[in-house]
Amino acid sequence: MTIGRIRFMDEQRVNLDGFAVPDVDLGLVAFASPHDPIPSLVISEGQVTELDSRPASEFDAIDSFIAAHGIDLDVAIEAMALDNLVAARMFIDPNVSRSEIVRLVAGMTPAKLAEIITLLRPAELVIAMTKMRARRTPSNQAHVTNRSDDPLLLSADAATAAAFGFREIETTVPVLGDAPSNAIAVSIGAAVGSAGVLVQCSVEEALELWMGLRGLVSYAETVSLYGTEQIFVDGDDSPWSKAFLTSAYASRGIKMRVTSGGGAEALMGGAEKRSMFYLEARCVSLARAIGAQGVQNGGIDSASVASSVPGGVRSLMAENLMVMARNLEACTGNDALMSESDVRRTSRTHPIFIAGSDYICSGFGSIQRYDNMFGPSQWNSEDIDDFLAMQRDWGVDGGLRSTDMNALESLRERAVSAVRDVYRYLGLGDFSDEWAAQAIDAAGSKDIPAADLMTPLNAARIVRDSGITMLDVVTALADCGYEVEAGRMLTMLQQRVHGDYLHTAAIFDEQWNVLSLVTDPNDYAGPGTGYVPTPARQAEIDGIRQERSVADLRAEQQQHSSHRLRSTGAATLSTDPRDVVIGVSPAVGREVWQTLSGLLVVDVLEELLAGLEEEGCIGRIVRVNDTIDLGRLGLTAAQLSGSGISIGLQAKGTALIHRRDLTPLANLELYSVAPTVTRELYRLLGTNAGRHAKGSTPEPARNPYSDEAIEARYHTKVISLVAIERSCSNVYVPETLELV
Amino acid sequence: MSERNVDAYGYSERPLSEVTLDTVRRGEVSIDDVRIHPNTLRHQASVAAAHGNPNLSENLLRAAELTSIPDEEVMGIYEALRPYRSTASNLFELADSLDSRGAPLVAELVREASRTYQRRGLAKPE
Repeated sequence: MTIGRIRFMDEQRVNLDGFAVPDVDLGLVAFASPHDPIPSLVISEGQVTELDSRPASEFDAIDSFIAAHGIDLDVAIEAMALDNLVAARMFIDPNVSRSEIVRLVAGMTPAKLAEIITLLRPAELVIAMTKMRARRTPSNQAHVTNRSDDPLLLSADAATAAAFGFREIETTVPVLGDAPSNAIAVSIGAAVGSAGVLVQCSVEEALELWMGLRGLVSYAETVSLYGTEQIFVDGDDSPWSKAFLTSAYASRGIKMRVTSGGGAEALMGGAEKRSMFYLEARCVSLARAIGAQGVQNGGIDSASVASSVPGGVRSLMAENLMVMARNLEACTGNDALMSESDVRRTSRTHPIFIAGSDYICSGFGSIQRYDNMFGPSQWNSEDIDDFLAMQRDWGVDGGLRSTDMNALESLRERAVSAVRDVYRYLGLGDFSDEWAAQAIDAAGSKDIPAADLMTPLNAARIVRDSGITMLDVVTALADCGYEVEAGRMLTMLQQRVHGDYLHTAAIFDEQWNVLSLVTDPNDYAGPGTGYVPTPARQAEIDGIRQERSVADLRAEQQQHSSHRLRSTGAATLSTDPRDVVIGVSPAVGREVWQTLSGLLVVDVLEELLAGLEEEGCIGRIVRVNDTIDLGRLGLTAAQLSGSGISIGLQAKGTALIHRRDLTPLANLELYSVAPTVTRELYRLLGTNAGRHAKGSTPEPARNPYSDEAIEARYHTKVISLVAIERSCSNVYVPETLELV
Repeated sequence: MSERNVDAYGYSERPLSEVTLDTVRRGEVSIDDVRIHPNTLRHQASVAAAHGNPNLSENLLRAAELTSIPDEEVMGIYEALRPYRSTASNLFELADSLDSRGAPLVAELVREASRTYQRRGLAKPE
């Protein structure tokens, strides 16, 4: 039996996570396995004849592809000769430009780049990422899925994600056959939420391509790469089939990126004793070699494998940096949930969040965890307000924005009715009013008992059989009266003709401007350079819906105003030994009517008076006008009091018992944590003041205990309340208040 | 829509300006009108090359070649390139046919695959 302290620690959620002893044989090592090759490059007659200590005769398929396409031989000699430390320092040196690093890295082998980036410490990774990401403006991607492939909920949730600022939405299916229905529903919802949101539906490669060809999705991402030949082939692909697929998407004007991530090979038992980071270096090198514009990495599905070993979380971020250094779009993981611990998952994301990346999350679960058909994300719908608050805290653009909650309801209504009308128009299916109403309101699919699981399957079958394309969806939207959305979806199709969004790190802003390496290149070069949110964007970041001003608080207080307190003129000095004065602050009876605990000030006064009465004392309410300080207020009241005892009460509910011969800051009893003071405690305070007046023994009052972040919850209110108190204070003498 | 795109035209060579909600609703727009044209891909390839990514540029040039290959066939070539699907000579034949259809870059990629698959045992036995 362990001791209580240890049992208590064992119960914490972090101990649900798996932590692995590093094991090189299993590939369970983040950086620098002793079996990682020594970087080398031999070029003979314009051909690579040795790559990272391996001669051409022994090249596997990955080496072969990288050797043939992935190394810029014009700079290779210079790049490979660079001292690792010198190269590592370039990443954080503001005097070395991003483009210079990109130029050099193009000539580096996977092992060389891995060794260099391994040298960067966490804080240096943050600087390097700030500088090396391709696009100047950061962004974010959402997952929108649900357990039942409910088209109405998919649409409502896609509109919601777009409203919160996500510029890419990724959906997938629990039932493969549903995929075309999901793609259409999410695309419609996204178009309701905002112009220019890219949509993908992650499924098996061939079906995904089929949907792309028909315009049903606007980008693709799940083209997986692996760092060993065996795992690559287990995935039923080769570097050449992936290169071809990459060209196939481009040939139809569809944006795509590939997916990789450290730990995948170890998870599949094929790491060949290499470190996760080195294998990922091969993936990233290959991604560049096949001509993909970008990479989703940073563990992805194996993020928890990487984060189970020492340095693993650092390696996830370092993976992303390799992508950036190879001049590719980085969709930086923070996707699959890597820990049960809120602290660990925040810690894993935070450096990337403050550095900024092309997409902070390659799948922020904008929906319920249980509805996420990729599995729960690192960030989920319950975290949206947290994420927004973090953006505000650091003044950082994480790609999200607050949204007007009333507007959100209208958006969800429109998203639901648009899908309903389009499905009816195209003969894809009918939805009941009950289903629609539940989908608009739903926090998740569990809130929609009216949903019918067969509807999406039928819809998808009809789409496949009848050859419906996105042009048909555009027509349906326009004919059903959704001209704006029809226009947005048509514009998205037209973008395929322009091809501007095939470039690295391309997204659309809401005016359909392409933001990419080409049009919005990252120009960070130290303090005062690089991305700065526009004033409008900064206002979005800063203006979360929970923030309150003094005026807001004043209005809130006004809702509780009453006529029960009225002034009857200047207060007098009493000589009655039973007289106890309750000195109240200047805002009482004027502007502040409710204490921080939620009790009305008049209710508090009633309790105090009743407590005094129980002890045979007579309470008298006096408003002290010239001070807002509780000690001074109490002392002023005590000096008017016949018994010499007083109660001081600020409008916010903080209270004390005072005596006229004490100094202002000394007192007999103090209830300092106003939000936690109950009616019973105010009654006891009245009773005890009475006992002090009579000279009998007061009952010890315990300040109530709370483990909540009381200060976080109330300090902003306190500042506003104090401001209001100050605005009510004046030079006039104390006045008697009557409670009626 | 920004001005740089006013002259854009789709795979069908129909000006993009003719693709409007009205023409779509009248059923006068085909998917080829909103498909990229090989000239556009070649232009974008030069943009990629000028922005430090010759590999993306090569990819877009391969893509330009693939624009004229029908969807089903594109998916068929992808399938043929997956491990153990094709013999080395199947792939060489495929490459020759791509060459004859104006897709020399894709053809070269397929030949390269064939050679490597043979060496690494990823080809279907002859």
